Amino acid sequence: MTNNMNLIILGIETSCDETAVAVVKNGREILSNVVSSQIESHKRFGGVVPEIASRHHVEQMTYILEEAMAEAEVNFEDIDAIAVTEGPGLVGALLIGVNAAKALAFAHNKPLVGVHHIAGHIYANHIIEELTFPLLTLVVSGGHTELVYMEEHGSFQVIGETRDDAVGEAYDKVARTLGLPYPGGPHVDKLAHEGEANIELPRAWLEPDSFDFSFSGLKSAVINTLHNAKQKGQELPIENVAASFQESVIDVLVTKTMRAVEEKQVNRLLLAGGVAANKGLRERLTAECERKGIKLTIPPLSLCTDNAAMIASAGTIMYKAGKRSGDRLNGEPGLVLK
Amino acid sequence: MNGLAIDTSTYVLGVAVIKDGEVAGEIITNIKKNHSVRLMTAIRTLLEEVEIKPQDLDKIIVTEGPGSYTGVRIGVTTGKTLAWSLKIPIVGVSSLEVLAQNGYYFDGFISPFIDARRGQVYTGLYGMENGVFKNIKEDRIVLHKDWLEELKSSGKQVLFLSTDMDKHKQEIKEILGYKAQFPFITGNLLRPSELARLGMKKETEVKDIHTFTPNYIRLAEAEAKWLANQKDQ
Ligand SMILES: [Zn+2]
Repeated sequence: MTNNMNLIILGIETSCDETAVAVVKNGREILSNVVSSQIESHKRFGGVVPEIASRHHVEQMTYILEEAMAEAEVNFEDIDAIAVTEGPGLVGALLIGVNAAKALAFAHNKPLVGVHHIAGHIYANHIIEELTFPLLTLVVSGGHTELVYMEEHGSFQVIGETRDDAVGEAYDKVARTLGLPYPGGPHVDKLAHEGEANIELPRAWLEPDSFDFSFSGLKSAVINTLHNAKQKGQELPIENVAASFQESVIDVLVTKTMRAVEEKQVNRLLLAGGVAANKGLRERLTAECERKGIKLTIPPLSLCTDNAAMIASAGTIMYKAGKRSGDRLNGEPGLVLK
Repeated sequence: MNGLAIDTSTYVLGVAVIKDGEVAGEIITNIKKNHSVRLMTAIRTLLEEVEIKPQDLDKIIVTEGPGSYTGVRIGVTTGKTLAWSLKIPIVGVSSLEVLAQNGYYFDGFISPFIDARRGQVYTGLYGMENGVFKNIKEDRIVLHKDWLEELKSSGKQVLFLSTDMDKHKQEIKEILGYKAQFPFITGNLLRPSELARLGMKKETEVKDIHTFTPNYIRLAEAEAKWLANQKDQ
C-alpha cells in the first residue's frame, strides 16, 4: 500500500455506557467523533447497569452511525474498513457494536477489524502525536489499571495490572463513601485540590519488583478511617480525606510507572483512559517526566474517555498489518491484550 | 419484493428469504449455541444460496421480542443496521405471533409461550375468530399457573406451542387436563418463513428505523426496582 493513499476507517465502540462512532482518516485525522453518553440514565442507579446499557445501545446505534457519517461527509463507498471494539467490556453492550459492525461489513462488502478496547485507549495518543517506540502506557480507567509496554505498532506487552479494583473503580467507591454523586472520580479530584493530605493511608507496593497494582486495601482503609472517626464523634473534613486518598493513589501510580520507564528504558510515556483526566495525576506525571527528560503524551479529555476515534485509529494500524475479523466475530468480555 | 427475516429471540436461530413473493429459502437451527457468532454466517450463506445481494433486498423483518433480552437485541441490532445502511424499511413481529402460526388451522385457542423464569412465561392468546387468525389476548408476562387457570375457565381446547415445552408440560396437563393439546416436535419452533410472511404484509417506512426498538415486555430489573422506590417515597 502506498503512503499517499487515504485510508478511511469507521470505528464503533460500545463496551460500556457510551455509544460511539467515529470516522478517521489515515489513523490520525478525525473526520468525526460522535459519543452518546448514557451517564444521565445510569446516575440514578449509582453505577452502570449492564442491561440498561445494552438497551440504550440498541436505541442509539443507528442514530450515532448516521450522525458520524454525516459529520464526516462520507458514504459507504468512501470507507475502507469497519473497526469495532470486540472486548473487553460488558458482554451485552459489546454485542451491539459487534453485530452492527458485522451488518455494515456484510451489507457493503467491507473488511472488518476487531479491536481491543485498551489498544484503542493507547492509540488515542497516536491521534494527538504520532507514536514512537519503544514506549510505555499507563492505562487508567473505571475498568482498567495497566502498564503496557510497546516495542512497535500493534505489539502490546502488559507488564503490570491491578489485582483487584481498577483505579477509577476505587475513586467511585470512595466518592460514594464520601457522599459524592456518581461518577465520583472528578468530584474526588476536585475536592482533593481543596484539601490537605494529612491522613495516614496505606500504599500498596506489593512485591519489590512487581508492576502490579492493588487499590482495594486503600479503599477499605478510607472507609475504616471515616468509620473510626465517626465513632469517636469526630468529623473528618472530606476534602482532606479526598486529598489523602488521591495522594496515595498517585504516589503508587507515578512511582511504579517511573520505575517501569527506567527498567524498560523507554523515553516515551503515554497516559490513557478516563482517569487520565485526573488533574492531580497529570500534574505529578508531567513533573516527573520533565525531571527525567521523558516525552509524555496525554490526550485531551474527549479522547481519554471512551470514544470510537481511538478504535478507528488502532483499527487502522491493525488493518494495515493485515488483521481481518470474519462473520463469526463475537463480543469478548474478557479479551486479553496482546 | 425481496425480504430478509431474522429471528434470534429464543435459542432457535432462524433466517428466511422471500424472493419475488415466494419463500426462496430458510435456515433454522435448534441448538444452544451463540447467536452472535452464527447469525451473520447464516444470513450470508442463505442470501448467496438464493442469489440475492444485500442491495437487492426491499425489506428487513425481525422478531422484536419477547424472548431472551440478549437474543432479541442481536437480531434487532443486525436488522436495524442492515435496514439503515441499505436504506430499506424494517418491520418487527412478535415472536409469539410467529410461533402461533404453527397452530393456524387449530380449532380452538392457541397459547404460544416462552419461559421467563421464576414460574413466569411470556405468552398471549391467538386463534381464529370469524374466519380471521388474530391475537385475542395481547402478549404479556404472567405467572404460568395464573394464565393456565384463566384458560381453563374459558372451557375451550387450547394448543400450547413452545421452545420451552419440557419445562412446562406437566403443569399444563395438571391444570387443563384433556383441554390441553400439544403439537409434534416441529410445532414448537419459530419458523423464519412464517416471520417473513407476516412481516411482508406489514406496512412500514424507512424513517422509522432509528426509533425501532425491541419489545421486551418487561422493564429491566434495576429500572423496575428504581420505579418502585420512587413510589415508596
Ligand atoms: Zn475505556
